[in-house]
Amino acid sequence: MNENKHSIETRALSLWYGEFQALYNVSVDIGHGLITSLIGPSGCGKTTLLRCFNRVNERYGNVKTSGEIRILGKNIYDPDVELIELRKSVGMVFQRPNPLPISVYENVVFGLRLHTPAKELTRARLDEAVEEALTDVGLWDDLKDRLKRKATDLQLEQQQKLCIARLLPLKPEIILMDEPCSALDVEATRQIEELMLELAGRYTIVIVTHNMAQARRVSHECLFMLMGELVEHSRTEDLFINPADSRTADYIEGRFG
Amino acid sequence: MRLRELVNSKELLKEWMIEKLIWICGISAIFFVFGIFFFVFREGADYLLRGFKVTEFFTSIEWYPTSRTQVRYGALALITGTFSVTLLAMFIAVPFGLGAAVFISEFCPPRLRESLKVIIELLAAIPSVVWGFIGLTIMNSLILNLFSAPIGLNVLNGGIILALMSVPIIVSIGEDALKAVPDSYREASLALGCTRWQMIFRVLVPAARNGLLAAVLLGVGRAVGETMAVLMATGHSIRIPGGVLEPVRTLTATIAAELGEAPVHSDHYQVLFIIGILLFSITFVVNLTADLVVRGIRRK
Ligand SMILES: Nc1ncnc2c1ncn2[C@@H]1O[C@H](COP(=O)(O)OP(=O)(O)OP(=O)(O)O)[C@@H](O)[C@H]1O
Ligand SMILES: [Mg+2]
Repeated sequence: MNENKHSIETRALSLWYGEFQALYNVSVDIGHGLITSLIGPSGCGKTTLLRCFNRVNERYGNVKTSGEIRILGKNIYDPDVELIELRKSVGMVFQRPNPLPISVYENVVFGLRLHTPAKELTRARLDEAVEEALTDVGLWDDLKDRLKRKATDLQLEQQQKLCIARLLPLKPEIILMDEPCSALDVEATRQIEELMLELAGRYTIVIVTHNMAQARRVSHECLFMLMGELVEHSRTEDLFINPADSRTADYIEGRFG
Repeated sequence: MRLRELVNSKELLKEWMIEKLIWICGISAIFFVFGIFFFVFREGADYLLRGFKVTEFFTSIEWYPTSRTQVRYGALALITGTFSVTLLAMFIAVPFGLGAAVFISEFCPPRLRESLKVIIELLAAIPSVVWGFIGLTIMNSLILNLFSAPIGLNVLNGGIILALMSVPIIVSIGEDALKAVPDSYREASLALGCTRWQMIFRVLVPAARNGLLAAVLLGVGRAVGETMAVLMATGHSIRIPGGVLEPVRTLTATIAAELGEAPVHSDHYQVLFIIGILLFSITFVVNLTADLVVRGIRRK
């Protein structure tokens, strides 16, 4: 297989929280520019796997991993890998919208301010970045007059879009989303899904979801996980219409989970 | 059926009684505060309304309460004394205390955190006489040796002792404030590529700003009101200090030192109570501000 076709590759990835093993030998290639959804019953390790890709798992002191994760061709556990660079190119959207308690504007340029020397950050450059990012997520028209407002006062769905927007100025390659719609209503969910489809191609998107209809609507490929193992990885239509593994079939037909 | 009703009503009565009891405990706190204020005020009120010279009190450094020829009650030197010692104490305690709060809440492994917190609570439990004693002996000789100062009981000594006494408050309230910052802010900023320090300075400190401010204010309140330790450590000299190595006397130390000698209800006695009113007002304002600030956080 061609290296460039995959944004994320893992080999025999296992992970332990203390004594408890949460991932067993996960080997997966996630296609470049695609939306890949990660499904499986509660507690099967979806969030855990996702959080390996930008190494935020390491926040918890008791996490141990073995195996290999290559992102954009580079093993992220290599000693010469800069955590900061990794997190610049791998953005993350969380289950509960978590904008920072500062203005909308400052939320969008937060990453830029972190990673660019202050003297290169002219007002014009920041303004442009804000307009571009907010336009990309469809918030610009709503918020262009309220950029100074505190981001935590926005409606939930706007907050979640903002959380996507604030990743964009850093020009990430990959966007990880952990149940990004679970706190949102139907209409907001539809909007976020549309947004994801627009962003696909430019970005590689990995989304964890409990909602199988959502996985079918938005994703090109699907991963099904069970008890820390990767059971099946195939094109979405194949997985739903013609699952290769009987456990997948049982899950999507709602026999458990 | 009847039995159950009986049990229920008994339970209800018990609930009711406990509720009332707790209500009384709560209300009594208010009662005590007003009671104390009333008492202090009453002791000083007569002179305050009759012969008290406000301008002299606040602008003169001449404190001669027992002079045969001319009695003067100028408290400026005492006010400066309190102020200088408090300022120095905060200069040391604020960076130290907030730094420790950040360390405990953000960097410390859980085990160490628990033991550190216990130790800090122990620090808070040391009686102030003991602190004063440390000032009188250890700090005194340290300062004499290190700075070859003429006298080891001075602003520096009192400031350090007060700093050590306020640090536990600043640490524990500051740590609470940082702990109260939602973890989702930490995750958001780390996932955007913050280093830990960037996360602390750009996200956590601004988000916990009010709580940290309250921690500092309560530390100030502690330092202003402290008596015994400063009485023992600052060297009893009524004058405006020209540097940290000079001895001073604070408002609190003055009350403690002179109240026993002043004849009850004499002018001197009453002026000491007026100093009490002043101290009470300062700490009241400081604490009230801290409280309002903390309330500000809760509302958000
Ligand atoms: N920080 C942690 N410490 C210890 N165990 C953890 C931790 N986080 C997750 N686990 C355990 O690891 C397993 C996988 O958790 P994970 O959150 O990845 O599941 P999930 O598939 O995302 O579930 P859900 O659908 O409920 O979000 C669970 O059994 C969970 O209890
Ligand atoms: Mg999860």
